[in-house]
Amino acid sequence: MAKTLYDKIWESHLVDEQSDGTSLLYIDRHLVHEVTSPQAFEGLRLSNRKVKLPGSTLAVVDHNVPTTDRSKGIADKESAIQVETLSKNCKDFGIEFFGLTDKRQGIVHVIGPEQGFTQPGMTIVCGDSHTSTHGAFGALAFGIGTSEVEHVLATQTLIQSRAKNFKISVDGKLPLGVTAKDVILSIIGNIGTAGGTGYVIEYCGEVFRNFSMEERMTVCNMSIEAGARAGLVAPDQKTFNYIKGRPLAPKGENWEKALKYWSTLYTDKDAKFDRELYLQGKDIEPTVTWGTSPQDTASINGKVPDPNLEKNEDRKKSILRSLDYMGLEPNTAIQDIKIDKVFIGSCTNGRIEDLREVAKIVKGKKVNKSVDAIVVPGSGLVKLQAEKEGLDKIFKDSGFDWREPGCSMCLGMNPDQLKPKERCASTSNRNFEGRQGRGGRTHLVSPVMAAAAAIEGKFVDIRKII
Amino acid sequence: MEKFTKLKSIAADLQISNIDTDMIIPKQFLKTIKRTGLGSALFYEMRYDEKGNEIKNFILNNAPFNKAKILISGKNFGCGSSREHAPWALLDFGIRCIIAESFADIFYNNCFKNGILPIILPENQVKELSEAAKKNKEIEIDLIDQKIHKGDNRPFDFEIESFRKECLLNGYDDIALTLKKDSKINSFEQRKKNLTPWLY
Repeated sequence: MAKTLYDKIWESHLVDEQSDGTSLLYIDRHLVHEVTSPQAFEGLRLSNRKVKLPGSTLAVVDHNVPTTDRSKGIADKESAIQVETLSKNCKDFGIEFFGLTDKRQGIVHVIGPEQGFTQPGMTIVCGDSHTSTHGAFGALAFGIGTSEVEHVLATQTLIQSRAKNFKISVDGKLPLGVTAKDVILSIIGNIGTAGGTGYVIEYCGEVFRNFSMEERMTVCNMSIEAGARAGLVAPDQKTFNYIKGRPLAPKGENWEKALKYWSTLYTDKDAKFDRELYLQGKDIEPTVTWGTSPQDTASINGKVPDPNLEKNEDRKKSILRSLDYMGLEPNTAIQDIKIDKVFIGSCTNGRIEDLREVAKIVKGKKVNKSVDAIVVPGSGLVKLQAEKEGLDKIFKDSGFDWREPGCSMCLGMNPDQLKPKERCASTSNRNFEGRQGRGGRTHLVSPVMAAAAAIEGKFVDIRKII
Repeated sequence: MEKFTKLKSIAADLQISNIDTDMIIPKQFLKTIKRTGLGSALFYEMRYDEKGNEIKNFILNNAPFNKAKILISGKNFGCGSSREHAPWALLDFGIRCIIAESFADIFYNNCFKNGILPIILPENQVKELSEAAKKNKEIEIDLIDQKIHKGDNRPFDFEIESFRKECLLNGYDDIALTLKKDSKINSFEQRKKNLTPWLY
């Protein structure tokens, strides 16, 4: 029978299936960070259990870490305890750990691919919803809660039920200036934040084929914002080239074996999807969110919606609530929205290609006087590479702060936060109320759109600049 | 995990769609290394003003709803981050059952690991329960028979996967259940080592 890529990965990891569909799924790789793991390790200790396969697990600190000078450690006591707890847990249970001063430290979803830890056909989990990022390699990757983190540590499996298959195809070519971020924001705007609930999305079509691995990661990263359990892109030569030679990639004879297996990972021609969506690349525009849900999207040439034109009462109520929180009037042109902050970074857009694109826009220009702008590289290795290319100098000359790697202002667990009513053009993934700081107002955009907004002090159409 | 069989309580009605896990428990409370004590931080930014004083018109600040064990909400409850701190905070506050039109996937899963029952109902039934909640009516959840009694003779039925139901009814530790399949897992792993040796 013809199978989807998801079906193939699911079936090759199925340890056991009960009559009600409850399944035991084998997990190949487990990423761990400091925020969602302490209670899991505590649980193992309380029940005298071990980590089944320490070698399949990789841990890193990212959520709590300061992005300023780290020579004196972490000032916030609770954050410091959480970071030290992970270090101790990894030592006690024999898990590899990238600590605060390790040059390989970075956001968990940046370092996985960077180290070659992420490979096609794997099942990968992490106590973080943006684990969907790793689906860019044709791996089934999804976020789990802390109880499940404990379950995977103890058993190398997870109790799961099978998801449905959702094909999203974007065909043709994207206009210049339109990025992977605009593609995924448009998809979420189209299907809504619950549109993917119960599904694994496979991204198909020319646009995704043409994307680099990093662009595919941006798209898969935000699958969770569409409610999907995971996102997938079938692996191809680009995927294999990206992995080859990385520290944890298969070597020698194993590389050849892996390649042979990876080449079988695609959706069969006649496979059936439970749902399909077809979009055209040429129709996608630079996109800005105006509200407090990632589905609240508008074109850069669009306007903030008018709740009075909304017929659905529930939707009208949430538009009103969002506009009130965001401090926006109905029908305001997106290009008239002025900003106070710019955040470039996160597991969505904190990779080297993102930084290169930003540097192209800001080179020789100055950040607007009314704007504070920071660039937070996704990992220590991204930072080193950027510095090797002189990107840090371009950013600093323009007036950007150049920071140490971590999750930073995407969720503001460290000191990088918005103040009440501050408005931010952010390359991150969530614009929820309070996400970047209590009362803070987040507009999600692509790195080039954020860069242009930093220079102009307001949103502008990137297509008119490049 | 505490067993869940029957639950009778008034219900707090929070009719907002897309309640995300940042709303349920904001970031500053994720720095804990414990599971307990998060109830006071539940819905923090909706519940307290910037000075930390209770906001009077927020439902969970007012009697009798500050003792509610059931929460009724809108579509896509629990979207966003995977933080299990969200169900921990709800549980610590006293919520054992959430009724909504739909739930986000990871949050839904996390509830079952903590003895919380999330129930999905169609829009009209959620609306009816929401009206009953507003009138301070007690609602009874019967997991054994999969029924919701609301003081009339028309109880609502609800669906739940049989494995999840078993776990809730008995308060099972699912790691212990899985470890019973240890030999199956090990032989699966052995086969995998032959098929995909580069992973080991």
